[in-house]
Amino acid sequence: MLRYIYRHDLHLFPKLRRSMHLDRADQFHTRLGWEVQVDETGEEHDQYDQLDPLYVIWEKPDGSHGGSMRFLPTTGPVMVNDFFLDLNNGVPLQSPLIWESTRFCLSRDASGNVAGALTLAGIEIMRNFGIQHFAGVFDRRMVRIYRSLGFSPEVVGRRGEGRDQICLGLWEFSPEVYERVAERAGIAPHTSQAWFDHSFGAISNAAVMPAAHIAAE
Amino acid sequence: MISRLMELNQYIMEKIQDLDQILDLLAATRTLPSLQQIVEKLTEYLQVDHAVYHWVDSLGDHYHFGTYPSDWVERYQSEEYVRIDPVVTGCYQSFHPVDWRRLDWSPRKVRLFLRDALAHGIGNQGYSIPIRGPSGQFAVFTISHNCDDSDWDALISNYNRELLLLAHFFNRKALEFEPGRLDTQEISLSPREIDALTLLGQGQSRAQVAQALSISEHTLRVYIESARYKLGAANTTHAIARATSYGLIVI
Repeated sequence: MLRYIYRHDLHLFPKLRRSMHLDRADQFHTRLGWEVQVDETGEEHDQYDQLDPLYVIWEKPDGSHGGSMRFLPTTGPVMVNDFFLDLNNGVPLQSPLIWESTRFCLSRDASGNVAGALTLAGIEIMRNFGIQHFAGVFDRRMVRIYRSLGFSPEVVGRRGEGRDQICLGLWEFSPEVYERVAERAGIAPHTSQAWFDHSFGAISNAAVMPAAHIAAE
Repeated sequence: MISRLMELNQYIMEKIQDLDQILDLLAATRTLPSLQQIVEKLTEYLQVDHAVYHWVDSLGDHYHFGTYPSDWVERYQSEEYVRIDPVVTGCYQSFHPVDWRRLDWSPRKVRLFLRDALAHGIGNQGYSIPIRGPSGQFAVFTISHNCDDSDWDALISNYNRELLLLAHFFNRKALEFEPGRLDTQEISLSPREIDALTLLGQGQSRAQVAQALSISEHTLRVYIESARYKLGAANTTHAIARATSYGLIVI
């Protein structure tokens, strides 16, 4: 299932937290060879993990990490402005309507639809919270993958050549994209909404009761 | 002198018709009482019962302005409702907007609190936007209203983006009043943002501007979005007007 967890609540899911940071080390250090910090316990962390981001995590049936990504609003410190400003012609992206997505990660044995599920989670955030765009930096090989997931970014800036090229992309919300991504991911929209509600609380008619009802209690 | 200004403010306020003007007043304001008036005007614009901005600064001091009745504010403090108010728990340390219906109102203490809030006319619906500011500053901007679910859903889906922007604009203004922060942060636009707003201000279409700057229309939209946020503007036209009046662009 999908879970949406702020850093300050991640300690409630110790197995998920541990396996996510191990999988991030495996993906970004071991497989992609990025210059990331791996600590003595084998976990990958960076300074943005210290800023209490919101993680979206695919939890496998055994309670461990199947894939994840991380969100922070661009009104605070974000990678696109701190490290990749040249990709947007020196214009910092800054708006409460734009969140940055980083550390898109899949565990080695993740099943086929985990990437799709994470993409759907991103759109669930957009449609429930009124977020208009996500921004993110990725290497060029991801372009094809995003297309297959049904949610392609607009590439607004590039650095480098060929295999080493990195791109700044912007994903824009539309209601149509929700249906398409859900279909590609093989997840019913009501299931996705139920996972979202499990983390953020469901909109229930009885939640905030009308005055008359309470007065009669 | 001050009362003359207040009168002038009053006069201007009465003429407010749309969000642009509310935001213009917000940008121009230098006094806390005028923030109170602006938030009152905002409730008229949104047609909701209440709007409240609550701020905890980097020293842990609280401050708020808004339309909650004063007897409710006093009661909230004397009963120490901050300890059981699920909106506080739901917003603390978060950065996503919180629809009150998503919170847990089931514990008995919370139900009693809710009954009291309803009796004071706070409303059965609410939408709260938490904001993380610099150096541990934290704020929540809330609107609340009495209506059924479908009306509330319609209101939120109409205004959720404006509300996010408004919350941050109020917060930026409040930060100007923080002790030790006398210098108002100057707005600076990047060269590309200046080019984009200038060309748009000259009446060129988005497609023409994108072509002139050799960027996609999508990229242009993002430049405009970030300029709009920096300028505290409601929309593109408003952002151009703002940039012009600040002398940031020349048309």
